[in-house]
Amino acid sequence: MEFGPHLMLAMLEGLVQASVLTLTALGLSLVFGVMRVVNVAHGEFYMLGAVLAWWVTTMLGGNPAIGFVVALVVAPLLVGLMAAAADWLVLRRVEYDPERTIVATIGLLYIIQQVTLMTYGPDAHPVTPPFNTRLALPWYEFTDAGFQIYWPWGLSITSYKLFVIAAAIVTCLGLWLLMARSKIGLILRATQLDSETAQAFGIPVERVFALVFGMGAALAALGAVLVVPIQQAHYLMGGDPLLLSFIVVIIGGLGSLRGTVVAAILIGMSDGIISVFFTPTLAKMLATLLVAMVLVYRPQGLFGAKPA
Amino acid sequence: MLELHDINAAYGKVQVLHGLSLNVAAGEILCLLGRNGAGKSTTMKAIMGLVPISAGSMQLEGHEITGLPAHRVPKLGIGYIPQGRRLFAEMTVAENLQIGLMTRGKGGEVRERVLSMFPRLRERLHQRAETLSGGEQQMLATARALCLEPKVLLLDEPTEGLQPSMISLIRDVVLTLKEQGVAIILVEQRVDAVLEVADRIVFVENGRDAMTVTPDELRADKGLLQRFVGV
Repeated sequence: MEFGPHLMLAMLEGLVQASVLTLTALGLSLVFGVMRVVNVAHGEFYMLGAVLAWWVTTMLGGNPAIGFVVALVVAPLLVGLMAAAADWLVLRRVEYDPERTIVATIGLLYIIQQVTLMTYGPDAHPVTPPFNTRLALPWYEFTDAGFQIYWPWGLSITSYKLFVIAAAIVTCLGLWLLMARSKIGLILRATQLDSETAQAFGIPVERVFALVFGMGAALAALGAVLVVPIQQAHYLMGGDPLLLSFIVVIIGGLGSLRGTVVAAILIGMSDGIISVFFTPTLAKMLATLLVAMVLVYRPQGLFGAKPA
Repeated sequence: MLELHDINAAYGKVQVLHGLSLNVAAGEILCLLGRNGAGKSTTMKAIMGLVPISAGSMQLEGHEITGLPAHRVPKLGIGYIPQGRRLFAEMTVAENLQIGLMTRGKGGEVRERVLSMFPRLRERLHQRAETLSGGEQQMLATARALCLEPKVLLLDEPTEGLQPSMISLIRDVVLTLKEQGVAIILVEQRVDAVLEVADRIVFVENGRDAMTVTPDELRADKGLLQRFVGV
């Protein structure tokens, strides 16, 4: 394939990755922003979303589209409830102390991972995409006959991958509307800005924290449900999204949702493109280097507020 | 209206209040005076449930409120204007007021009444709180607390760093609320301001209510200031 179509293909693949990464990283960013908790178990909630999606579609059988739609609702909901319970039973008991929550979420990571290994097993399982039409994409060239459009062999995307991108955009818009326009968003932002004063105005901060921890995990699970028809569900699949989410959240600015989206697109796209033209290892190395540069030259992240 | 009996309270292991008692009636202004670190602000936080109480009891209109979760206290009608204003800085004026209104489920009527007390805020409804001047921020902090239609109002150094015109505005608001029958506890460093509005003055020393006097008694004996405030 020529360079132009090849680059376009790489960018589209990168955009699919960026979409899933955006959702996962938004969950991590939301939890850190409101609760100041670094959730090391975030990748495991992602993995749980994928495994539950497999479980739901397998249980239901029949038309893959029905199973997938049910999984899209049920898996994030169940994962969110589990995370909220973990918050109530564990994080609340350690009083959201920054160091102790890190240790506690490391514990959660191993518990979730090993329980999944014991029940779901060590094998990877696929989920059938609800629809998966291959869509050929056009490219252009200039020949003696002038400008021409043609259809290069291999330049295509599936309808499902386009759906992943669209679903991520819709979720981001929904989250933005929730945060900026709704009563719940007002309560979340007030808690983020000053949780003590929020309590003095009747906001039940502990319940807000459980909700936020659940929402963060549900966002990761949603990303995983979207990815599992492309990439199989496996009990160790939470590692990469965790690393990439941390990279994104640090570059975007801890707690800044806008910065998280911008950084997720940047990292997801560059990861996709560099993986296609060079190697995935180089992509991770460059992303980690970028984190180091951000930490040295702009520690608050691209969109983070300067510490007062 | 509000009574505190022998309250002990601590930040972690550092005990700040050692058996503090006070009471304030409806339509009364009670001022707390004392040195820095005497426990005035901690008393307010203890009332709001923001600092845990290890001994003693508190009653609002005869109902026990000791040990209530912090978010339940304001719902009973205790409005709090914290030291340093503590606005939700990145939110707009309107959103800050909305938080106040949501506390006790108050609606547009209360919002109108509060805004008519502070017309300047009405002009700035869609501005972020952090962009307001110091005086306007104090207005907003006061307005936010008034959105609860409080029975008891706690003001922690409301005039700190304000210009004289703003100080007199805050004083007028406090006096209006007193007329409406609100019980008011005021922490204030400026003794002249205290003498103007207070019905009773409690000197706080080492986490205790050391002495309670009237403004006239304080005017008559300036030695009290030397002893408890030490200026």
